[in-house]
Amino acid sequence: MSTISFRSLLSKNDIFGFVALVILIMILLPLMLDIFRLNLIGKYLTYAFVALGLVMCWGMGGILSLGQGVFFGMGGYCMAMFLKLEASSPEQTAIQSTPGIPDFMDWNQLTELPWFWLPYNSFGLTLISIILAPTAFAFIIGLAMFKRRVGGVYFAIITQAVAAILTILIIGQQGYTGGVNGITDLRTLHGWDIRTDAAKYILYYLNALLLFVCLFGAQIVRKSKLGRLLVAMREREDRVRFSGYDVANFKIFVFCLAAMFSAIGGAMFTLQVGFMSPSFVGIVPSIEMVIYCAVGGRLSIFGAVYGTLLVNWAKTSFSESFPELWLFAMGALFIGVVMAFPNGLAGVYSSYFHTYVERFFQMLKQQFYLKFLSHKTV
Amino acid sequence: MMHLEKETRTSNGCRRYFMKTVVALPLAMLFGSTALAVPGTAEINTTGLAVTDTTVKVGILHSVTGTMAISETGSVQAEKLAIEQINAMGGVLGRKIEYIQEDGASDWPTFAEKSKKLLVKDKVAAVFGCWTSASRKAVLPIFEQYNGMLYYPTFYEGLEQSPNVIYTGQEATQQIIAGIDWVVKNKGAKKFFLLGSDYIWPRTSNKIARKHIDKLGLKVVGEEYYPLGHTQFNSVINKIKLKKPDVIYAIVVGGSNVAFYKQLKAAGIDMTKEKPIVLTISVTEDEVLGIGGENIVGAYAAMKYFQSLDNANNKAFVEAFKKRWGDGIVIGDVTQAAYLGPWLWKAAVEKAGSFDIDKIRAASPEIELPTAPEGYVRIHPNHHLWSKTRIGHARMDGQYDIVYETESLIEPDPFPKGYQ
Amino acid sequence: MFEEYTMSELTSIFAMQGFAGLILFSVLVLMALGLAIIFGQMGVINMAHGEFMILGAYITYLTSIVFSEHLPDLFSGYFFLAMILAFLGSFFLGAFVEWSMIRHLYKRPLDTLLATWGLSLILQQLYRTIFGAREVGVSIPDWMMGSYPITDLIEVPINGIFVMVLTLFISLGVYLIMFKSSLGKQTRAVVQNRDMAGAVGINTEKVDRYTYAIGCGIAGIAGSAFTMIGSTGPTAGQLYIVDTFLVVVFGGASNLLGTIASAFTISQAQSTLEFFLSGSMAKVLTLLTVVGILMLLPQGLFALKIRR
Repeated sequence: MSTISFRSLLSKNDIFGFVALVILIMILLPLMLDIFRLNLIGKYLTYAFVALGLVMCWGMGGILSLGQGVFFGMGGYCMAMFLKLEASSPEQTAIQSTPGIPDFMDWNQLTELPWFWLPYNSFGLTLISIILAPTAFAFIIGLAMFKRRVGGVYFAIITQAVAAILTILIIGQQGYTGGVNGITDLRTLHGWDIRTDAAKYILYYLNALLLFVCLFGAQIVRKSKLGRLLVAMREREDRVRFSGYDVANFKIFVFCLAAMFSAIGGAMFTLQVGFMSPSFVGIVPSIEMVIYCAVGGRLSIFGAVYGTLLVNWAKTSFSESFPELWLFAMGALFIGVVMAFPNGLAGVYSSYFHTYVERFFQMLKQQFYLKFLSHKTV
Repeated sequence: MMHLEKETRTSNGCRRYFMKTVVALPLAMLFGSTALAVPGTAEINTTGLAVTDTTVKVGILHSVTGTMAISETGSVQAEKLAIEQINAMGGVLGRKIEYIQEDGASDWPTFAEKSKKLLVKDKVAAVFGCWTSASRKAVLPIFEQYNGMLYYPTFYEGLEQSPNVIYTGQEATQQIIAGIDWVVKNKGAKKFFLLGSDYIWPRTSNKIARKHIDKLGLKVVGEEYYPLGHTQFNSVINKIKLKKPDVIYAIVVGGSNVAFYKQLKAAGIDMTKEKPIVLTISVTEDEVLGIGGENIVGAYAAMKYFQSLDNANNKAFVEAFKKRWGDGIVIGDVTQAAYLGPWLWKAAVEKAGSFDIDKIRAASPEIELPTAPEGYVRIHPNHHLWSKTRIGHARMDGQYDIVYETESLIEPDPFPKGYQ
Repeated sequence: MFEEYTMSELTSIFAMQGFAGLILFSVLVLMALGLAIIFGQMGVINMAHGEFMILGAYITYLTSIVFSEHLPDLFSGYFFLAMILAFLGSFFLGAFVEWSMIRHLYKRPLDTLLATWGLSLILQQLYRTIFGAREVGVSIPDWMMGSYPITDLIEVPINGIFVMVLTLFISLGVYLIMFKSSLGKQTRAVVQNRDMAGAVGINTEKVDRYTYAIGCGIAGIAGSAFTMIGSTGPTAGQLYIVDTFLVVVFGGASNLLGTIASAFTISQAQSTLEFFLSGSMAKVLTLLTVVGILMLLPQGLFALKIRR
C-alpha cells in the first residue's frame, strides 16, 4: 500500500471533526459534569468503540454483524478475569473452603483454578489476550463465513446465533464463568483502587485517549486503498472480485478490526464499571449497539461516537424521568431515525449544518490570508 | 390446625401491644416537649443524606420494563404501599417518606448505574429494591463503597452477608430443608428429581437439597437445568416418567415456569394424585397467575408466606393491598418480603434515633416486627430474618392452602456448614 | 444409563421422545412459517415477529375472558374463534405497519431490522401498559389440556396433537396461498423481479401489503396456539425470535419447504440431545451444529441455485 500523506489522510472536515470531538470529550464534558455523570459518559464511550467497529464493517464494508456484543464481552471478561484473580488472594478469600480462587468457583465446588484462568494472573498476558482472543475468534468466524461467501442477512443471523450460543455457555458453565451474575466486585488493578473518584477521572481520560487512537486507526484504514476497496466491495462485490481481488480477505480484516475495537471497549467497560456480565454478550445489547451506529450515521466514524452518546443519554434521561414509559420514546427514536434520517446524525449534519461550517472555515481562511498578505506587503 | 390458631392469637396479642406503644410514644413526646417530637435534622443526619425537617428521601429500584418486570411489579407495589402507610402514621422520626423510583430495566449494569445515582446524586437514606441475584451482585459493591442500605426482598441462594444489605426474604437453607423434611416425613418420599432454570439460585438451592437428601439417606435420581426462558420441557418430562421419582423438586423461574407446568399437566402427570409430588420453591401466587391455577393445582410450594395465611396482620395487609392496587391482584412471598423492607427500616431508624447508615446498621440486629403479615419476624445479626417456613398446597383458584408450618422461627444461615 | 430399565420401558420412552420431537417440530414450523414468508420471500428482517405472536396470545386471552363471562356454555369451543381473531388482529396490525413503515424500506433490508426493533420495543411497552407487567393466565378449555393414555407409560398430550394438526393445516394453507393462488404467484413474481412484475401489471404495493400482513397473521395464530404451551407476557415474544430466525435461515430463507425441513432437523436434533445431555448443553450443541452446517452450506439446506 502506498504511503499516505497527511493531507490525504485528514481532510479539513476530518480535522474539524477530530478537534470538535476532542474539545467535547476531553474538555467540555469533564468541566460540565460531576464525576457520577462523567463516569456514565465514560461507560457510554466504551460502547462507542463497538459502534466505531460497526461503522468500519457495516457502513464501509457492508457486513452487518449482530454479534458485536460477543467481542465486547470477550474483552470485558478477559479484563474481569484478571481483576477477579487479584481480588481473590488467599487472604481476602480466607472464609472460603478453598481460599485463593474466585468466590463463585468456591460456591460451585471447584477446588482449583481452571487452566484457562491461569494466564490471567499476569497483566501482560491479560492485555495480549484482550486484543488477541476476540480478534482470533473473529478471524475464525470470518474465515469460515467469508471464504464461503456467506454475506448480508445470513451473516447477521449467524452472528446472532453465535451470540446466543456464547450467552447460554457462559450462563451454563457458572463454575468457570460466574454464570448469569457475571464477574462482580472488582476493586483494584495492581493494588490501585479503581473505584475512587480520582481513578474514575484517570480511567475516563485513558478511555477517551484509546477511543481517539482507534478513531485515528479507523481513519487511516478509511483513507487507504483498503478503505476504498471496502466501499467498492460494498457497492459491487462481484466487480471487485473480477478485478482480481480476494474479497474475503478484506472482509475478514475489517471484521477482525471491528472485533478488536469492541474488545478494547469491553475491557475499558470492566475497568470503569467494576463488573462484567453475560448480559453484554447477548443479542439485545448487540442489536442496541448497531442502533447506536445507525443513529450516529453508519458512514461516519465521528457519527458513531455522537450516536452512542445521544442514544445512551436519551435512554438514561428518559428512564429517569419516565421509568414506566421510556421504551415508547426509545422505540420512536429508532423508527424515526431509520425512516427520516437514514444516514443518522452525520447525514443531518452534512445536509443542514455542513455549509455553515464550511462558510465559517472560509471566513477563517480569508482572515488568515488577509493578515498574512498585509504582513508581507509591509 | 390447633397450632395455627394458637399462633394467630399470640401474634394478635403482640400486635395489640405494638399498636399501643406506637400510639403511646408520639403522644408522650407531644405532651412531654415539643422539641423532642421532631428531632433536629442536624442531629439525626450527620452524613448528608436527603433528609429535611419534614421529609426523607428513599429509593425504589426494580425492573418495571424488560423480562423481570413480570416478577418485580409486585415488589414495587408492596414497597409503595408500606411507604404510604408509614406516612399516614406520621412518617419516620416526624418526617414523611418521599420515594424516588428508578427502573433497572432487567439489565444488571443498569441496576448498578441507577443504584449509584440514587446513592450519589439523590443521597437517599435507604433503597428498597433488586430482585434477581445478578442485580444484587451488581449493586453490592456500590452500596458498600458509598455506604448505602439496601433492603432486598427475594428468597435467594445465600452465600452472602453484606453489612449494607438487609435480606428480608429467606436464604436457601431456610426454604429448602424444612420443605424436604416435610415431604419425606409426611409423604414418604424416597426418590427426588431436581430440576431448575440454569443460573445460580436454582443450582445452589439444588446443591443444598441434594446434600440434605444425601444426609437423610435418600436418593436423587436426576438433576437437570434449562436455559432461562426455555419453553420446551417435553424431553425432561419423559425423563421424569422414566425415572419415576416420588418428588419433582422444581426451581424453574420466569416464563419457563408457565411452559413447564402446562406441559407437565398435558403430559398426564396429575399433581393431585399421590405420586409424583411436585414441590417447588419458586412458584408464588404471582407466578400462578401466569401459569393458571388449573395447571398447577395439587403442587406443593415451600416458602415463608402465602396470601391465604390466616392471621390478623395478614388480613389487614391483604385488604390494604387490594384497596390500593385493585381487587384482582395477588400477593406472593416476595411481595410480602418487599413490604417488610420499609417497616424494618423505620423500626431501625427509630431505634437508632438517626438516619445515619452506620447507626441503622448497629441498631438493626434483633429488631422485631410483630406486625409483619407473615407473623413475627426478627433480624438476625447476619442481616437475614428469622422466619417460619410453610408448605402450601396449590388450589384451583391460584391460592395455596397452608398444610404445614414450622413450629418455631428458623435461624437464617447464609453460609451453611456441611451444605457447601 | 439404560441397564436398569426393561425393554418395554425403553421402547415407550423412545416413542414418547419421538413424539416430543414432533411437537417441537410443529412449534418451530408454526413460529417460522410467518417469518419465512416475511423474511424469506420479502427480505424484511422482522424483529417484531415475536411481538406479533404475543398479540395473538393476548387476543386469545381477551376472547377467553369474554367467553367465560358472557358465554360460558360455549367456552369449550372459544379457541377456534380466538385463533381467527388472532389472525385478523395481527393481519391488520401487520398491514398498518407495512403501510406506515416497511414499504419505505424495501430498498434497505438491513434497515428494516432496526425499524422493526424499535417497533418491538413500542409494542412490548404497549402490552405492558394495557395488560400490566405480569403474565396473564389464559384458561384453556379442559378437553384441550389432558392427555390420552395409550399404554401405562405412553401418554399423548392432547395439546401436542392439536398443535400438530394446526401446523398441518397452516402449512397446507400457506402452500395453497403461495403456490396456487394468484396472490402467491404475484408475490413470488415480485420477489424474483420487482420491476418486471410491476411492468406486467402486478400491483406490487398491494402484493407487498398482503404478503406482509399474512405473515404477521400467521404469527398471530402461532401466538394463539402457544398459549397452550407457554407464557403470555409483554416480553414473551423475545423468547422465540432467535430460534425462529435460525430455522428460517437454516432452511434456506427463500424456500418454504426448506423451512419445514430445517424445523424437522433442528427439533429432532434438540430433543434427542436433550434426552442424553442436560438442557443447556443440548441447546448449545444444537445451535453449534446449525451454525456449523450453515458454514458448510451457507445458503441453508435448500437453496435456490444462484451463483453469487
